[in-house]
Amino acid sequence: MDFADSPAEAAFRLRLREWLGGNNPHLPASSTSDAYWAGQADWHRALYDAGFFGMCWPPEIGGQGLSSVYDVIVDSEIAAAGAPPRPHVGFLVEGLLRHGNHDVRCRFLPGIVSGRDRWCQGFSEPDAGSDLASLRTRADRAEGGAEYIITGHKVWTSYSDEADWCLLLARTDQGVPKHRGISAFAVSMHQPGVTQRPLKMINGITKEFGEVTFDGARVPASDMIGAPGEGWPLAMTVVSHEREPGQLGYVARYSKAASELAQQARGGAGRLRADQLNDLAWAIVEAEMLRLHVCRRLSERLDGASSGPEGSVDKLLMTSVEQAVGHAALAVGGAAHDGGDGTWLSMYLYSRAQSVMGGTSEIQRNLVATRILGLPGS
Amino acid sequence: MDVRLSAEQRALRDSAAQVVSSLAPRTVRELDDSERAAKLDATVDVSGWRELRTAAVAAGGVPLASAVETAIVAEELGRGLADTPFLGPTLAAELRRLAAAPPGSSLETVAFTPDLSAPACAADGVLPSPAIAIDARAAPSALVLVPASGGYRLASAAVPDARATLDLTRSVARLDYPAAVVSLPAQGRPLTAEDLVRWTSLGLALTCADLVGAMSGAVHLACEYALTRRQYGVAIGTFQAVQHRLADAFVSLEGSRSIALHAAWAVDASPAGAALAAAASAKAYCARAARTVCEAVIQVHGGIGNTWECLAHLYLRRTLFSSDILGGVGASLARVLDHHGIGPGDGLR
Repeated sequence: MDFADSPAEAAFRLRLREWLGGNNPHLPASSTSDAYWAGQADWHRALYDAGFFGMCWPPEIGGQGLSSVYDVIVDSEIAAAGAPPRPHVGFLVEGLLRHGNHDVRCRFLPGIVSGRDRWCQGFSEPDAGSDLASLRTRADRAEGGAEYIITGHKVWTSYSDEADWCLLLARTDQGVPKHRGISAFAVSMHQPGVTQRPLKMINGITKEFGEVTFDGARVPASDMIGAPGEGWPLAMTVVSHEREPGQLGYVARYSKAASELAQQARGGAGRLRADQLNDLAWAIVEAEMLRLHVCRRLSERLDGASSGPEGSVDKLLMTSVEQAVGHAALAVGGAAHDGGDGTWLSMYLYSRAQSVMGGTSEIQRNLVATRILGLPGS
Repeated sequence: MDVRLSAEQRALRDSAAQVVSSLAPRTVRELDDSERAAKLDATVDVSGWRELRTAAVAAGGVPLASAVETAIVAEELGRGLADTPFLGPTLAAELRRLAAAPPGSSLETVAFTPDLSAPACAADGVLPSPAIAIDARAAPSALVLVPASGGYRLASAAVPDARATLDLTRSVARLDYPAAVVSLPAQGRPLTAEDLVRWTSLGLALTCADLVGAMSGAVHLACEYALTRRQYGVAIGTFQAVQHRLADAFVSLEGSRSIALHAAWAVDASPAGAALAAAASAKAYCARAARTVCEAVIQVHGGIGNTWECLAHLYLRRTLFSSDILGGVGASLARVLDHHGIGPGDGLR
């Protein structure tokens, strides 16, 4: 039981620290500005080219083939340097690794890992949110059978404006129970029949979420990920990874915000009220908890255990951290009543989405209760 | 980094769990079973668990076991509501080790200020203000601090009859006031400020482990109840309102476990200041979680949860007691801010 680095880990950490010293792009926080998204692709490629991205993925797809402990090191050094969090594509990688055939893995994964290709995720629909399996987007075999034709409406499609590809869930069989008739596809976003428009969030950002309509878009049958009807298991793989703070690299995001707020408080400690200090202290403690929780989770993975329902625990913990940091941002950073820099207000407003995106906290609690605590399903 | 427990640590955990499951009270009534309690005491006596922080060699130096192992035992004792002295004797052994003093009785304990937030201090051979000895049942004496050149020296006070107050599983004694104290012979060196920071870190880490264990036992109790208690023709654990309360409790427990594990590791592995910050972060998190979790456990038990016979209040009481030792939520948050150069933390809740 040791939280300290092994010699190899320490050497890696030092190398990364030196690299970050000269390569930090100093982007604003991801959740508060469109400027982050404009610079994110370059940041992804810079990390990848320097060997600091995809630490635990197989070398065949561009990963470093190391243990997931190295992701913890990357996140902690990124946080210490105040650099932007690493882009999170782990849910795509895990979904394609586990469900794609050899051809799919070879064609798509290297571009995802290197950041050359940008992807979005076409899961949720206006009438299929928490009840994802009731999705209605259809993929119908075109004449001749070599292609599918996609018709439907996706929403909460992160980065749809930047994406080259969409990991799409669509119904391929209307005649079976809803969970069994769904298949997954890699659909090119660069074609007629695909229209995307941004969604403006409550903090004013427009670059993160979009909605996409598919009206006769085409996808080769060979770009189906997994077998026909394997869409639901693939979706479960993807969302369980999407819930994990270790995959997301969000530890760095929270630590960075908490330490910037602490810095601000040190500048004017005498002027802060007890309730402001209280919110700040909780942000620091919660961010630290999540960092250590990720250390514990990733260590458990060293046994080869794969992710299961405990991902829901991690998502709920991550949510409590994001929202504690949001409260501190509002309390210490301020609400910008004078119309000045609204970064902290923006961070607070964005934090409310964390208990919805990637599966609502209510759904996560259902999963914890039934899959971990053994309480009866309803 | 690999924070999995080693094979030896897992074996220690399993053997502690076994002792607790066979000898700790399983009902409130069993608290009064003196035969059972005596067996538990005797088993822990021979286990050596109370001596884990004694010096490996007579002249002082490193302890027999790290704080991680010590915390493993504390967690299991908390989980089973074990009514046997552990924290007090362990903290007394640590004080003796840090002062390079020979080991005392394995039941020797420590006296605290009445709010339990700091060790009691004596001067001129007496305790000038009231003090509380924890884990006082069967304790022959309690250690207190005496300001001296270079820091503090240790003195010992007699422990009067103990009784259970807040925590029904661990008794306390109010030291006679003004109590006479006797300087401990053969102290190799004074306790420095850094020693006390290190000692406080150990105490906080062990109380966190106790909180994690107690939360875990309490959540288990409530889940069992939610599966057996039926209303409207179904187990109450079928209802989402109950499920979500228990899910939140479990999530708090898991976060607490992660931060408490690090606090225990940092006691021996980090510089003193960092160890205290780690311990204070953990204590704030675990103490807040423990009260919320134990209150939820009482709520899930409904009316029964508010009766003396239900174990739920034993968990709540034990966690409130552990929370107060060396400072609860507010004091711990103030320490966290202090570590970040921010103060004063007055008014934190």
